[in-house]
Amino acid sequence: MKHLISMREVSKDEIIKILQLARKIENREITPNLSNKVMALLFFEPSTRTRFSFETAMKRLNGEVLTLTGAEGTSIEKGESLKDTVKMMERYADIIVIRHRLEGAARFVSEVVNIPVVNAGDGANQHPTQTLLDLYSIEKTQGRLDNLKIAMVGDLRYGRTVHSLSYALMHFNPMLFFVSPKTLSMPDNIKIDLKDKGINFEERERIEDVINKVDILYMTRIQRERFPDPTEYELVKNIYVLTKEMLKDAKDNLKVLHPLPRVNEIEESVDSTKFAYYFEQAENGIFVRQAIISMLLGEV
Amino acid sequence: MERKLKVDAIKEGTVIDHIPRAKALDVIKILKLKEEDIITIGINFSSKKLGRKDIIKIENKELTEEEVNKIALIAPDATLNIIKDYNVVKKIEIKLPEVLEGIIKCPNPNCISNNEKVISRFFVISEKPVKVRCAYCERIFTSDEIEYEY
Repeated sequence: MKHLISMREVSKDEIIKILQLARKIENREITPNLSNKVMALLFFEPSTRTRFSFETAMKRLNGEVLTLTGAEGTSIEKGESLKDTVKMMERYADIIVIRHRLEGAARFVSEVVNIPVVNAGDGANQHPTQTLLDLYSIEKTQGRLDNLKIAMVGDLRYGRTVHSLSYALMHFNPMLFFVSPKTLSMPDNIKIDLKDKGINFEERERIEDVINKVDILYMTRIQRERFPDPTEYELVKNIYVLTKEMLKDAKDNLKVLHPLPRVNEIEESVDSTKFAYYFEQAENGIFVRQAIISMLLGEV
Repeated sequence: MERKLKVDAIKEGTVIDHIPRAKALDVIKILKLKEEDIITIGINFSSKKLGRKDIIKIENKELTEEEVNKIALIAPDATLNIIKDYNVVKKIEIKLPEVLEGIIKCPNPNCISNNEKVISRFFVISEKPVKVRCAYCERIFTSDEIEYEY
């Protein structure tokens, strides 16, 4: 694996290898050392967790981090193309991590530079490192990845995390439930790919229809910033709110995941239940990103 | 005999036959034929196979199968005839290539290929009906959603 751009092209073996490596890093069985390496974090779109998580991961590996956030005060504001920006960064850094509002931006960058590129989110398309930490969290809490019942709830149309996760789960024979209003349903291209791979999925509009039968409830935020029409956002923004009461008949092993940040979709009362796992999930991201960076830089 | 009067036979070159009606000029644009090429265009000929068809004859130029396959999206039934000394020496059915580069424009305005200087690239995932996937934004489009770049 030279780059990490899309879960569509990460094989089952590669997924398993990354998760095993993350486990060894978490358990301190191995401690890769990247003391002579520099990572460029190019965040053209806002981020808290992903950026800090990558930064923490690189620092724990003893590497250095260069960070660009937004375009203000940079040559991009002067009209520099993305290509020129990354051609320059490749001279400074050993690996590029990029988040960009345009879909395919990370792929494009991987084609113009000669160092590894990690996609940290490209518009509504993909967010593969989030997916790998989601898989790590699922495996850690369920003891396996195969044959699980998994519900994804919320903005399935614009939510890149659920797109990447759906692709990755195709390797593990899941039963998927897509819970969303019709206007925010899973895109056709992903449903076509799921059908081609023989993956069972159902589309629903209410969390209550699935909550008592699933092993993983993957909540997502309705993303105001991706709506072309603000009225459309207002109509759906509070459509799903998970409460403690809704979990009273849930399966014992159920875990609620969320890529965070949350707005209103999970009530705080859920945080203290045995089902809540989203903060641990965020922590898992550091081990998984340590594994990905070390692997791409050939240090493990 | 009647047809020969309409469009002269060529001695050497390439004839692209069975182009859907009114698509001949689009085919010329896709093939990026140059000003100095000698081209005869026939539009709206009667055809047993298509009802009506267009035809293009390019003199003294032998197009390759790979070049002509680029037109498969708009002319899926076209045939390529290589002419030598007034005779058809090779007849090739057009096939949709696995990858289309620089031919179609991604319909997704949020795709990087519409915002940076990028040569578009699409993977053909189904021929009938035509479905292509953008190599950049990874979305799938059908033939009626596709826009051409020429």
